[in-house]
Order: sequence, then structure tokens, then C-alpha cells
Amino acid sequence: MSVLEVVVRAVSVLVAFLTLPLLVGQTEHKLMAHMQGRLGPMYAGGYHGWAQLVADGVKFVQKEDITPRAADRWVFRLAPAVALIPYLVALATIPIAPGVAAIDVPASVVLILAATSVGALGTLMAGWASANKYALLGGLRAAAQLVSYELPIVLAVASMAMAGGSLSLLTLTDRWSPWWMLWQLPGAVVFLVAAVAELQRPPFDMPVADAELVMGAWTEYTGLRFAFFLLAEYAGIVVMSLLFATLWLGGWHGPFPDTLGWLWTLLKGFVVAVCVIWVRVAWPRLREDQLQRLAWLWLVPLALMQLMVTGVGVVLGW
Amino acid sequence: MVSKKAGSLPGLLKGMVTTARTALRPTQTAEYPDVAPDLPPRSRGVIALLEENCTSCMLCARECPDWCIYIDSHKETIPATTEGGRERQRNVLDRFAIDFSLCMYCGICIEVCPFDALHWSPQFEYAEVDILDLLHEKDRLSGWMATVPPPPALDERSAEPAEIAAANKPARGTGLVGGAGAAGGAAGGPGARMPRTVRPRPAGAGPTRGAAAPTEALPAGVPTADPPTGDPTEALPTGTVPPPAKEPLTGTPESVPDDSPTPPPVDEQT
Repeated sequence: MSVLEVVVRAVSVLVAFLTLPLLVGQTEHKLMAHMQGRLGPMYAGGYHGWAQLVADGVKFVQKEDITPRAADRWVFRLAPAVALIPYLVALATIPIAPGVAAIDVPASVVLILAATSVGALGTLMAGWASANKYALLGGLRAAAQLVSYELPIVLAVASMAMAGGSLSLLTLTDRWSPWWMLWQLPGAVVFLVAAVAELQRPPFDMPVADAELVMGAWTEYTGLRFAFFLLAEYAGIVVMSLLFATLWLGGWHGPFPDTLGWLWTLLKGFVVAVCVIWVRVAWPRLREDQLQRLAWLWLVPLALMQLMVTGVGVVLGW
Repeated sequence: MVSKKAGSLPGLLKGMVTTARTALRPTQTAEYPDVAPDLPPRSRGVIALLEENCTSCMLCARECPDWCIYIDSHKETIPATTEGGRERQRNVLDRFAIDFSLCMYCGICIEVCPFDALHWSPQFEYAEVDILDLLHEKDRLSGWMATVPPPPALDERSAEPAEIAAANKPARGTGLVGGAGAAGGAAGGPGARMPRTVRPRPAGAGPTRGAAAPTEALPAGVPTADPPTGDPTEALPTGTVPPPAKEPLTGTPESVPDDSPTPPPVDEQT
């Protein structure tokens, strides 16, 4: 791999990392608005407020960067980067077209799961370092939630890895067949629910429950660092949606996979992202105990059952 | 938990269906600065002043609950129009201001104005950076008059407006009583109904001119002499003219003795 190719891949991933979350964010703005009988942003950029998030970014840059005096200074300042950068790494491993991924590592499934877990660590750091009771409570809730929901995600993905017989996303997507959508349906549901919870999105946004905790672990953040947390949230949606699209929906599989494969991957990921937004609008927030109950009494057993079914299927040679 | 889950699942789906249906429906949003709001008639935006109607009677300023109307006026003396007549005094409006930073838009000033000098205008876009600029002086208040809409149409089968009802109301004594009805019927116009009794009238003086006869008789008698400018010496001969003007009044009792006071008020209406 030449240096030029490395640069091209890195830059294209960076561009995707900076544009796709904004696309999801804008979709959320408009879709949520119309689902609530509103119009959403209409003026920024001229046409239906397409530049609203760009304008928001400009606003965030202009704001003062405040570090509370009692805060654990370095941890506090580092937390947004810890939250954001792992999603960049995760995005780089996602295959976009047949045989094309920015980073082709043998165990990319493990890498992507590890990276998203590290991203959640940023929330914990922010909550602990802020020297704020709301932030601390939010961070603790986030910790409890991440511990609970990491497990179903890993189990569901492990089931897919067993079914495909590989830990590489490229190989897994290559071996995907539509039959998997039925066979792995419980695992897909578990992954989708757990991914929304992992991202701390409504209805699983207990850690940032604004009526109780102001903004949870992000309470003390201002300006660009706060924007990084928001960007991390939407980058998380992008990564989780694309991961779901490649693993369960077949990624580039569709008409003309060699030329239009990237389009199918992005479209499937977009549909999943729309579902994540839709769920946010339609459903109320779960209480903390309901949240834990759902994870341990429903998602984990369901994922284990899926793992068993997959194991039986692999041994029997389905 | 199982039964609870089974019970909540349709609810979750219902929520998603509801949001999706709302998303597909066009929104009702009117984007205000681009689209003018469709305000109902009688919207209370700003108070407009029709300066010509204002007599500086101060009723509005006194009735204003938060005293936000400021009126300054002075009296001017109008010389008598007729020689030896009484001088009259007239209020001249110097300042009329409404402080819209105090106004609570109750509309009492508009209700209370006896001369329709104040009107509601639906215009509401007069926000200011400085609160002191919300004090609208006379010229600015008069400028709002252009935005005052015509009064909305009356509801179906509603009562007539008071002015029209008063004008349409037949004068007292019409119809059955013959002599008085002859006078009251003249409100419909000069040719509507002539008096049944033939009255001797000065030539050229129609029935409508009866009331104006004293003033018109003056220029007719002395065309060049305006009453204020008339010299006392010339006034003496003109002083003899008014008696002929009173002749119709004195003449009518001779022919119709029973309803002599009625013709002047009836003719004033026309």
C-alpha cells in the first residue's frame, strides 16, 4: 500500500466522519420536526435550512471554552477527544464496497467493538472530571448503562461472527446471504436496541435526562468541546447504523454490487439511522430500573439464545 | 413482565405510527416574516389617531388605566361670524402621544372616544431597540390611520348600526296625523311630499332652504358685505335685511297656524 493510497483512505474516512454525522443530524432535525408537526430549520443556507449544523458549528467555535476550577483539568479537557476519536477508528474499519474498507484488519469486528466501548469511556471521564453532581450522576448512570448493554452487543455480533465464520467485516459481509436476515433476526433486534442504548439516545437517554440531570456528563462543557460530544453522538449513530447495515442487512449486497455497492451500504445505513431517529421521537424515556431490566432480563438472554441457535446452525451446516 | 410487555408493544407501535403519520402530513406552520399573518378583524395592534376628529376632550387620557396618553392643547378664539355675534372658542391639539411601553392594549380609550378619533389598527410591527422610542407622537399615531381596516361587515340578521337606525327612524308624528306628517315627510327630499296646505313662500326658496334662509338671505341682500368686515354704517341697512329673512317663519303661522314650529327642525335634517 503506497503512501498516497494511505493518505487518500485516511482523508476519505475523515471526510466521511465529518459529513455523515452532520447528514444524520440534519435528518434528525428535519424528520423530528415533521414528526412533531413543525418545519425544523428553514433559513440557514437558504434551502430548507441545510446549513443549520454548519451554523451551529460556527456558533460553538465562537463560544468560550470553560474549564471549571474544581474540575480535574486534564481529564476534563481530554474527555471529548476520547469520546470522539474511537468512532473515527471504528468508521475506518467498516467496509463500504466489495473488498473496500479504509482499514482492512483481520479482526475488524473486535476492533470496532473495542473502539465503540472506548468511546463510551469519554462520557465516564467527563462525568467524573467535571466536579459537578449532575455530571457525576450522569457519568455513573452512563457507566451502569454501558456495562449492561455492552454485553448484548458483543453477544449479538459474536453470533454473526460465528455464522460467517470470520472476525473480519469484509469476509462476513462477503458471506452474507438474505437467509441470515431471518436466521439472525433476534440478534439483529438485540443489537439495534443495545446500540441505541449504548449511544445513550432516547429512549435510553437516562444518563443525559435533561429534566433530572441538566445534561448529564456534559453539563459543564461549553463551546467546541461540547460540540465534540454532540458530534461523537452522531458519529456513533453513523457507526452503529453502518455496522448493522453491513452485518445484518448485507452491506453492499444489491443490484450491481461492484459499481453501486457503496450506495447500498450507505442507503441501508441511512435507513437504520432514520429508525434510530424515529424511535427517539416516538418513545418516552425509560426509567433507570426499566433500562437495567430490559438489558439483563431480555436482551442478554435473547442474545445468548441467538448464540445457541447460531452454534447449532453452524454445526449442522445451515 | 410478560403481560406488561405484551400490553406495551402495541403502544410502542402506535407511537411510531402516529409520528410517521404526522411526518407525512403537511405542517400548519406559517413562516411569519415571509408570510404575513392572517389576523382576525378587530386585531389590536396599534392605536391610530384621526387628528381632525380629536377635540382634546381628554376623555381617553382620563380613562386610560395606566395613564399612557399625553394630550396638550390650547384654546383658540374664533371671531364671531356674524356681526355682534358671540366669539367662539375651539380646542387646538398641540400634542397627542401614546406611550406603547405602558399601554396594555385594553382599548378603553378607543371605546370612550366620542368622536371616533382613535382606532385600532392590526399593524403590530413597531418594536424598537430603545424603549423610549415606543412613545408615539401625534404624527406617528396619525400615520397608523392608513393601516386601519374598514369596519368588518355586520353579522347576518344583526341590528342596524346606531347611526343608520337613527337616520332611518321615521320622525315623530308622521303618517297618521295629517298636519304634522306633512312636515315630517319632507325628510325624504324636497319633492317627496309637498305640504298639503299651500303656503306662501318667497320665490326661489324651496322647502329645503327654509333653515338656511336666514344665512342665505344675508348674502342675497348684501352680496359684497361679509359680516365680519362689514362697516357699522353699512350694517345698518343690512340690519334691515334679516327681518325679510324671518318672513317665511312669520308667514307660515298665518297660513298654517297649528304647526308653525315644525318646519325648521324638519328641514335641518335634509
